[in-house]
Amino acid sequence: MDATPEQAPPAPAAERREGMRLLARATLAELSAAWEAIAGKPEVAPVRGPETGLVMVRGRIGGGGDPFNLGEATVSRATVRLSTGEIGHGQLLGTDKERARLAAVLDALFQNDAHRPAVEALHRRVAGRLEAEDRRKAEETAATRVDFFTMVRGED
Amino acid sequence: MYVAVKGGEAAIANAHRLLADRRRGERSLPSITIEQVVEQLGLAVDRVMAEASLYDRALAALAVRQARGDMIEAIFILRAYRTTLPRFGYAEPIDTANMKIERRVSATYKDLPGGQLLGPTFDYTHRLLDPSLLGDEPVEEVALKEPSEPVMRVSDILDGEGLIEGDGEMPEGHVAGDLTREPMEFPMARDLRLQALARGDEGFLLALAYSTQRGYGRTHPFVGEIRIGEVEVELELPELGFAVSLGVIRVTECQMVSQFKGSAKQPPQFTRGYGLVFGQSERKAMSMSLVDRALRTDEFSEDIVAPAQDQEFVISHADNVQATGFVEHLKLPHYVDFQAELDLVRRMRREYETAHGGEDGMKEAAE
Repeated sequence: MDATPEQAPPAPAAERREGMRLLARATLAELSAAWEAIAGKPEVAPVRGPETGLVMVRGRIGGGGDPFNLGEATVSRATVRLSTGEIGHGQLLGTDKERARLAAVLDALFQNDAHRPAVEALHRRVAGRLEAEDRRKAEETAATRVDFFTMVRGED
Repeated sequence: MYVAVKGGEAAIANAHRLLADRRRGERSLPSITIEQVVEQLGLAVDRVMAEASLYDRALAALAVRQARGDMIEAIFILRAYRTTLPRFGYAEPIDTANMKIERRVSATYKDLPGGQLLGPTFDYTHRLLDPSLLGDEPVEEVALKEPSEPVMRVSDILDGEGLIEGDGEMPEGHVAGDLTREPMEFPMARDLRLQALARGDEGFLLALAYSTQRGYGRTHPFVGEIRIGEVEVELELPELGFAVSLGVIRVTECQMVSQFKGSAKQPPQFTRGYGLVFGQSERKAMSMSLVDRALRTDEFSEDIVAPAQDQEFVISHADNVQATGFVEHLKLPHYVDFQAELDLVRRMRREYETAHGGEDGMKEAAE
């Protein structure tokens, strides 16, 4: 079956992609709390997983050249289907299958108009936490900035 | 040759019980947790991840604890674990230019955009034992400062003048090789060599890098840049048709710059060696970049005169899991094998003594 331009995805790809990025970084507590808070929960059926496997992380020669294989990382993933029809995917680094399953559930709920605001609230919470953490790290690093003075050689 | 032996089950079981006991140590002391290993022995964890070629801090910490701190044993355990997992796919190449910088230094430029950011470094410490760490004294709060401009790549600065070679292109249509899928073959392309070096033994690469500095394949290098920080790992999902982020990993990158006099084909310029390692590990990243440069003899028409330039020697011996497997197997029972050799040596000795005449032979042996 061909996808036609008229069949726009229920949630725009860019938003869903950003949402999945945040779900991958959400803690188990954040994901569980968001799921608990969903009113009128649909039934969730597993489609695939949750399962743990590997992805090969790649680098680029010289930083920006052609790719090479750097080494693997553990990844857990899950795919679920809601009783309302949406299919969600969860995938994140590490071996925590429950986090992957919940991420998949919330990705599916994001595509449902009734539940999207609740998932967006979770996205904002995670984004806020990550931003604060990154900001803090950047400030810690900035405090270690040095200026080296080159000493003139051979002075008396 | 190794001939299988049977028996000893009870002794082996008891030895493993004894190992578990010694691993636990004095029972009146609290047992260390995986979280404590991750948080307080983080660089040991990073080394295990890098050389096991598997990024997972919790599992690497478990391996360190299980191995009683024996790093190569820990690397072996983690490497073995990875073989039990299915491969989901190849991630998009990480973008180290967009790294969330935790440390960045350059030895070639004093003032450069983004500045010299020391980060959590051992550099400039006095390397004196710190008695305050005997106890559990409170640690000072860290200093904070407003971050400044973005941290640009040093290689881009030199690139502006056209005095440095590019990032490293493989021939048109080249698909990056994967050591975990294909047997090693020599000569080996640079992408595969980098994969081998990235998981190579830190000590071995350090020694080889040192040898190049001491004149065994001299390259006269400078640290163009070392950067440590987090990068995003993205995986393309075929179901969706776009790549999604799986989270972030910490890596260390080293751009080593070395002078090149030029050849018939190339003008004088700076050439580069590249190091990229899981976790915070700049000794390893620096060593890797020096060895990467030393191994590029074919690209610069350099003669192979030193071990660090010999890719078959370097790559074949860099993997400490392989190395320890082959060296350590020597302690397993070789009784049958040795009996055969014993018979052989006895026979050769008899022949020798006969040839040298009984008495003379005995006299020589006594002297």
